[in-house]
This record gives sequence, structure tokens and C-alpha cells, in this order.
Amino acid sequence: MTEPLVVFDKVRKHFGSFVAVKEMDFEIHEGEFLAIMGPSGCGKTTTLRMLAGLEAPSIGEIRLGGKVMNDVRPHERDTPLVWQSLALFPFLSARENVEFGLKMRGVDKTERKERALKWLDKMGILEFADRDISTLSGGQKQRVALARSLVMEPQILLLDEPLSALDAHLVIRMQAVLTDLQRELGITFVYVTHSQSEAFAMADRVVIMGNGEIAQIGTPKDIYREPANQFVAEFVGRNNILSGTVASVAKDTAQISTPSGDFTVPMNDVTLTNGQSASFVISADLVHIARDKPKGGNMAQCKLISEEFVGSMVTLFLEDAQGHEFKVQMQERELSKFDLKGGDQIWLSWDTQSAHVLNES
Amino acid sequence: MNANRTLNVILGIYVALIFAFVFAPIIFSMIFSFNSQRFPTIPLGNFTTEWYVKILNDPDVWEAAWNSLVVCTSTALIATFLGFCTAYSDFRYNFRFKGPYLALILLPPTIPLIIVALAMLAWFSKIGMSGQIYSIIIAHSVLTAPFAMAVIRLRLNQMDPDLEAAAWNLGGSEWATMRHVIVPFCKPAIASALFLTAAVSFDEFAVSWFVSGLNKTLPVIILEIVQGNIDPQVNAIGTFVFLISITLVVLAQVFLFSRQLKSIRP
Repeated sequence: MTEPLVVFDKVRKHFGSFVAVKEMDFEIHEGEFLAIMGPSGCGKTTTLRMLAGLEAPSIGEIRLGGKVMNDVRPHERDTPLVWQSLALFPFLSARENVEFGLKMRGVDKTERKERALKWLDKMGILEFADRDISTLSGGQKQRVALARSLVMEPQILLLDEPLSALDAHLVIRMQAVLTDLQRELGITFVYVTHSQSEAFAMADRVVIMGNGEIAQIGTPKDIYREPANQFVAEFVGRNNILSGTVASVAKDTAQISTPSGDFTVPMNDVTLTNGQSASFVISADLVHIARDKPKGGNMAQCKLISEEFVGSMVTLFLEDAQGHEFKVQMQERELSKFDLKGGDQIWLSWDTQSAHVLNES
Repeated sequence: MNANRTLNVILGIYVALIFAFVFAPIIFSMIFSFNSQRFPTIPLGNFTTEWYVKILNDPDVWEAAWNSLVVCTSTALIATFLGFCTAYSDFRYNFRFKGPYLALILLPPTIPLIIVALAMLAWFSKIGMSGQIYSIIIAHSVLTAPFAMAVIRLRLNQMDPDLEAAAWNLGGSEWATMRHVIVPFCKPAIASALFLTAAVSFDEFAVSWFVSGLNKTLPVIILEIVQGNIDPQVNAIGTFVFLISITLVVLAQVFLFSRQLKSIRP
């Protein structure tokens, strides 16, 4: 079996006594769009910088295409990075910026120009080729930065929160540009972000990091529906988390007794024993609401606190008698049938199979 | 509104007075350089270029001008190079005792010139290097390098620190990055530092006088003329030196300032 494109083999990184990355052990496959996501300070950017050679791992090994990269200098690697600050050269025109890497690699003048113009054209900014960087808009600069990295025709492209400086509507546009590019070129993208919507919208797989460690690796759907632990469940948001002790165990379900009531959870890939403490999550979009008390199953009576609209989707924030917060996500036109007001008492319910038991960590 | 206006007028007068105070002696010196009378008195005599003709025919003045040119050009190049290197070392590296390191580098201009001059003379004679053109160049480079460093450091502080790493990331070695990113970015500041150090060196008298020996520069020869007798030639050379210095300083400002305007632009 051939090795994946990139392997992080028990990589640790500390700066003095500060541990930035505790232990990273994961792989990046050829041609995939991988997002590394986590709150700020979780070590995601350090991980990316190690891959680009801008930081050296303190312990462990990073292999790219089977070759150990630890001591390879940044300029000897083929791992172009799109910077959060874009880091465009302000004293060069858009085209000269794109040509920069080719010039460093000794590509001759005519070919350099030709390839730079081709990429500027591909990014839809050919008309700005000879403009000063300072005269371009945020979105145009973003495209120059992408072209500058992609003109190198790398096997792998690194992106460090490249969209964080853009307006919301531009972010959505650039997301489409990026996913289209990645599919068309078939190269590997490693995308670092703190934004769940960016990661989930674009990535094939997501690495969730917290505190310098990998909390979970999986497809966006896996992570959303089956968060590995409480950290991921909370970070992903839009989840209802309930904790309690196991009251009874049946063949493939268990009863968990929580301050908010007793609930049945499935035991698909976990085994629970009587009396142990356990937590489980239900995605906010899998919770149903009703005015009247349901006939049976998992249910909780809650008071409506507030609503939040994002396009046609609404998130309801509710609280039960014990003050535990619940979230429900649904279509606005569904919700309008209920004609709810703040403070209304309603019933929440969900299928047993919608619940997902968290690994204690 | 009205109070504001009065204040503006007062401030305007204040500024005008400062300029008058600073420039009046120089302007008078210029005026007297075209005055036919031997002593600078009013009423003025006839208009004359006699003093200019006189200094232009004086081989000593020509030699001093040549010396000054050699000294200020060499000083500008050496001091700017040194200033750039120190500014870059400050930008790029973090090390222990960086504070004292920077303080030491910025120290020379704060020491009274006469002390520096005496120390230089003592040191140069000790090691057998006094009285040469290069003695003045060395001394001036020490004096002016801090100015170059300050100007270039200011520019480097405006640089996105990712820029350098971005160049490495695109395949530029450290030297290539220096040549294609750091130096081009600092170009306006480097030009400004060149003119500024040249101006300081061109004007400098005390150190030149002590270490120059027989290789006099223009400020040194001015003093010699004044010491001998009162001679309007001094006004003529003074005018010449002043015009060159002010041109160098203005050029230094233009390079710094035009860059700032550019970076303010969105």
C-alpha cells in the first residue's frame, strides 16, 4: 500500500515551555479537501506552518510523498500557502506578484508572463494584471493571492484562514471558487479555519482541534451527527447536550436519567453499564416541536426564549424547568404554523435513533 | 469659529517668526555674498560676484570641495549599509540584550561632537590612521549610521512580517528574498537614508576638523578663512554649502514622505 500524500507521525511542537501542538497523528490523502478547524490558539495554524516548513516539529516526523520533511527548508518545498494577511508584495503589480514564485524557481521571462496571465485570467482578474496591489479590492487581492500560489502548480495547496478578511457575501462566492478549483485541479487543499460553516461547506474531511490535540477527524456529516466528545459537540454548536447517569440497559438501547428527565439512547457503537455517567447529543435539526404533550418517547417541556433567523432557517432557543438550554432548528415556514410567542410552553421530542452518545473524555 | 480664526492667525505668526529666526542669518549671509563691501554692514554696497569668482579660483577651495564630495558619498554608502543591516537584525531576530544592543547603536549622535572628535583623534593617532580622508569617512560613518538605521527601521516596521515568509514559501532563498522583497520594500527609506547621511556628513565640522589633518573639507576651510580675517568669501562658500545640504535634506524628506502618502491611500 502506498503511503498517503502527507503523514503527521506523532508530531509535537513546543515554543519554550508552551506546548502549541501536543500530538498530531493523522494523514492527508491525495486530492482531498481537508479542513483543520478549531478555536483560536488550538494549534491549527502551527500545524499548517509546520507543513510549509515555517516551523519545525519538536518531536515526530512529517512526511510528504514518503519523504521526511523535518529538515527541508521552506524554499525547498513545494507547499505554497495562501496567507490570512494575503502577504502580497505591495511594490509589485498583480502580475508580478503571480510571477514571483516562478522567478524564484528560475523560469524564464516569457514563460513566466504567459503562465501568470493564464492564472489571472482563470481567476477572472486578467484586466487588473498591471494594477498596483493597493488599488485592488479585497476580493481581487484574494484572487491574486490564490493565483500566486496556484501558478506554481503544486501537489498540495495550504490555506490559512484566507477568507477571514472578506465580507460575508464574498466569503460565499470565494467558497464556491475554491471548491470548483479544487475539483478541477484535483490537487490537495489543506484549509485552516475557525469557521464551521467554511469547513463544512467545502471540506471532504474535517480535523477538529482543541488544545493542541485532534479532537475528531471525519466527514462534516460524521462530525455533525456523531461528535466524538463533548468538546466537539459544543464547538460544532447547534447541538443539544444532555448529561446524566445510566439507569437501565436493554439490548441495544439504554435509559439515561438526567435532571431534565429520563431519555432512551441507542447503543450503536458504545456499551453503557448501569450507574455510569454518560452524555449524549441530539442535533438541533432533528428535534420536533408540538403544542400538546406527545404520546410517548423522548420528550422535554420547554419555554421559548428567543428565535434567530438565518435565511429560511430558524433556530429556537428554549429552556426547560431546570434551566437547561435546548436548541431547535427548523424551516421558517414550518415554524410559522405554530404561531409561537416568547415565553410559550412547548414540547420537544425526538426519535431515539437521533440521539448520539458521546465518548467520555 | 472666530476664536479659532484668531488662534490660527497667532499660530501662523508664531511659525513665521520661527522660520525667520532660523533662516534670517542664512539669508543675510547669502545677501552679503553678493555685496561688494568688505564688511557686512548696511547700507549695502554694489552687487558683485567677486567673492564667488575668488573662491572659484582658489585651488584650496576646490580641493576641499572634492574632499567633501568623496567623504559625504562614501559616508552615505557605508552608513546606509550599516544602518540597513542593524535595522534588519532588529526586525528579523529576537535575542537577549536586544534593548542594550539598540541603545548602543543609537548612542553616537547623543554624545557631544567635541568629545567624539577628540576620542576619534586620540584613537586614530594611536593606531596610525589619523589625518587621512578615510579617517573622516570612518568617523562620519559612525556618526551617521544611527540616522540611517532609524529611517530604515521605521520602514521595516510597516512591513507585514508574513511578507518575508511568503517569499520563502514561494521558493525564494533567504538571499533572494533579501534582494527581491526586503530591499525593494525599503527602497524609499534607503534613498532617504542615503541623502540624510550625506547631508549630515557634508555639514559636519568638529570631527572633520580634528581628524582631517591636511585633507580639509568645506566646513573646515570656512573656519580657516574666518580665522584669518573677515572675508566675504565665507558667505559665498556658506551659501554654496547651505544649498547643497538643504537639497540633500529635502530629497531625503521627499523619499520618506511620498512613500507615506502612498501607504495612506486605501
